[in-house]
Amino acid sequence: MTKATLTHLQTLEAESIHIMREVVAEFRNPVMLYSIGKDSSVMLHLARKAFAPGPLPFSLLHVDTGYKFKEMYEFRDWYTKEIGAKLIVHRNEEAIAQGAHPLKLGVARCCGALKTKALLDALEAGGYDAAMGGARRDEERSRAKERIFSFRDEFGQWDPKNQRPELWDLYNCRIHEGESIRVFPISNWTEMDIWQYIKLENIPIVPLYYAKERQMVKRGNMLIPADDAGNLKEGEVPESVMCRFRTLGCSPCTGAVYSSANTIEEIVAESAIATRSERETRIIDHGSNSMEDKKKEGYF
Amino acid sequence: MNAIDKKLFDAAETELLRFTTAGSVDDGKSTLIGRLLVDTKGVFEDQLDAAKSVEDKKGAKGAHLALLTDGLQAEREQGITIDVAYRYFATPKRKFIIADTPGHEQYTRNMVTGASTAHLAIILIDARKGVLTQSRRHAYISRLLGIPHIVVAINKMDLVNYSQEVFDKIRQDFSDFHTKLGLAGGDITFIPISALEGDMVVARGDNMPWHEGPTLLEKLESAPVTGKINAEDFRFPVQYVSRPQTEELHDFRGYMGRIESGSVKVGDAITVLPSGLTSRIKEIVTFEGNLQQAYAPMSVTLTLEDERDISRGDMLVHTDNQPRVEKELSAMLCWMHETPMQPGKKYLIKHAATTVKAMVTALDERVDINTLERIPSPPELKINEIGKVNLKLLKPIACDAYAQNRATGGFIVIDDFTNMTVGAGMIQ
Repeated sequence: MTKATLTHLQTLEAESIHIMREVVAEFRNPVMLYSIGKDSSVMLHLARKAFAPGPLPFSLLHVDTGYKFKEMYEFRDWYTKEIGAKLIVHRNEEAIAQGAHPLKLGVARCCGALKTKALLDALEAGGYDAAMGGARRDEERSRAKERIFSFRDEFGQWDPKNQRPELWDLYNCRIHEGESIRVFPISNWTEMDIWQYIKLENIPIVPLYYAKERQMVKRGNMLIPADDAGNLKEGEVPESVMCRFRTLGCSPCTGAVYSSANTIEEIVAESAIATRSERETRIIDHGSNSMEDKKKEGYF
Repeated sequence: MNAIDKKLFDAAETELLRFTTAGSVDDGKSTLIGRLLVDTKGVFEDQLDAAKSVEDKKGAKGAHLALLTDGLQAEREQGITIDVAYRYFATPKRKFIIADTPGHEQYTRNMVTGASTAHLAIILIDARKGVLTQSRRHAYISRLLGIPHIVVAINKMDLVNYSQEVFDKIRQDFSDFHTKLGLAGGDITFIPISALEGDMVVARGDNMPWHEGPTLLEKLESAPVTGKINAEDFRFPVQYVSRPQTEELHDFRGYMGRIESGSVKVGDAITVLPSGLTSRIKEIVTFEGNLQQAYAPMSVTLTLEDERDISRGDMLVHTDNQPRVEKELSAMLCWMHETPMQPGKKYLIKHAATTVKAMVTALDERVDINTLERIPSPPELKINEIGKVNLKLLKPIACDAYAQNRATGGFIVIDDFTNMTVGAGMIQ
């Protein structure tokens, strides 16, 4: 037979499928973290491919802060039902009841309560020994150094200086009781790969990624969604802006970009010539070391 | 079609090349990677601005190129690289993944890790210093890990007046020791560069008209990516047995895995190892539908004509092309943990989709990776040392020599008490 080569997307796809099958084969009780964003959508699509013709052999876990966009909740409920996935939603109800909000607590404390603590509690409650997440190494500098199979101690914490060597495609899945592994099946995908693959495979994504006129406030060089009055600081006045979101998080902390791209082709074209990184629209990444510090504490 | 549309149009058809960079602290490795990222637009303005603002504080020219690749807090504080980092960039021709391995701390461990998945290694040499001990280390490890393409990038040419004589001498020195050490053969390309000024990295520049070979990027864009995969021998480690037992798939039994090498067609006669059971391929199942044939490195699901007792860790191969099935192995071992490896101790090894208990029955020799001298019968193997061992396994495994097949010849060693990955081995 002739020597055939896979394209880069086929190569990445085969690698991600191999990783997910290792997880299901080696762990007792794995779960897939599902954040509703484009990376989660690609990871979920790859999971369906990995286990076809059978159903997904694990549940999806959405760690919900209560501050996600309305369109995200609608999409989550529709799509998980559509593909027959089992969805678990976990919220830090105590903090939410106390009115945790980034403008009140500050971004770091709010994230700590609604994301990190909620995630650690959810993983403990479910007794999961492996949690797959859709993080990519090109997103952020500390992620560039994280393993695909990333060991967490019994407190869910990451120790960047004491990581297991990871060679070939041989992943060490062994842990003691109480410890766990975070697995990142799309580690080697870039933002561009994600968009190309969404286009190629016709993967459904939340409509917020497409441009339209939205009510926004301009804060510094960021566009903050104004659909919730609680997101506004005193004196800020919403205006109608043609824009879209490159990444999706909580509505008070996720900025939009000026754009008129409203087809997947236009989004791919825009990504190809983008000169600013996508994480720039995430307020939580700003300030030095924030992602590294958060990951050490157990953030995904 | 304009340039961007062209790039998009072709993007789904581009190949992926993985390479590793080896060099010492002062060889300008971080600067080179920064240069590649900046000149191929693999870095965003906000990331560049952040690096430049630090450079302004420190004041060293071009330092922002190196700062782009610093990941962890401790690295930025100490100005060093601690761990293997993965970087990504693309040109209209290809996508690239760089395994950026540090030059000093845990040197061998990190370089072996980065090299394990690479198609190509860039070995950096400082033009002012010429071939050093570390260059030998780089060459030896690249060869030991079976990297098919080696690029010797002679950097800092701007500091030796872009002299062809300097370049020629280093090339000769490197080729001489390479031959002397029995490492010759394979694809080696020598390229004079200045990572700081950019000459011969992405752009050719005007300073070295005497260099007729490729620029570094031209080499990265043209080296074959099929090199690290064995295209002849079909090897399919079973990762997971799928038995959905749903109404419509009641009797479905699929063997899920990745074709690690070679290719397979419907109807092929196969043997299951280590049991030796035989059957034929009935279907090659994927999400999109069944295929008639599939090849490495695709992840697929295979069904067989006959019901056979097959579980995770078994390997499906062509009946007329079988690997060895062994309980005793000879292997080159790179040790990666502070607690030394001692002969007589039991470990776990993970090979393909199987994990098996193993005992080190002999430590024949240690290779001094600086001199490449072989030291017979050392008492133990310390962290970052490489040696030749004999292993006895609790159960037999199907394997090939690493030199023939990276996917079925490599294994990791796990300490079954701490669960740490403590070593990496290459079957001989």
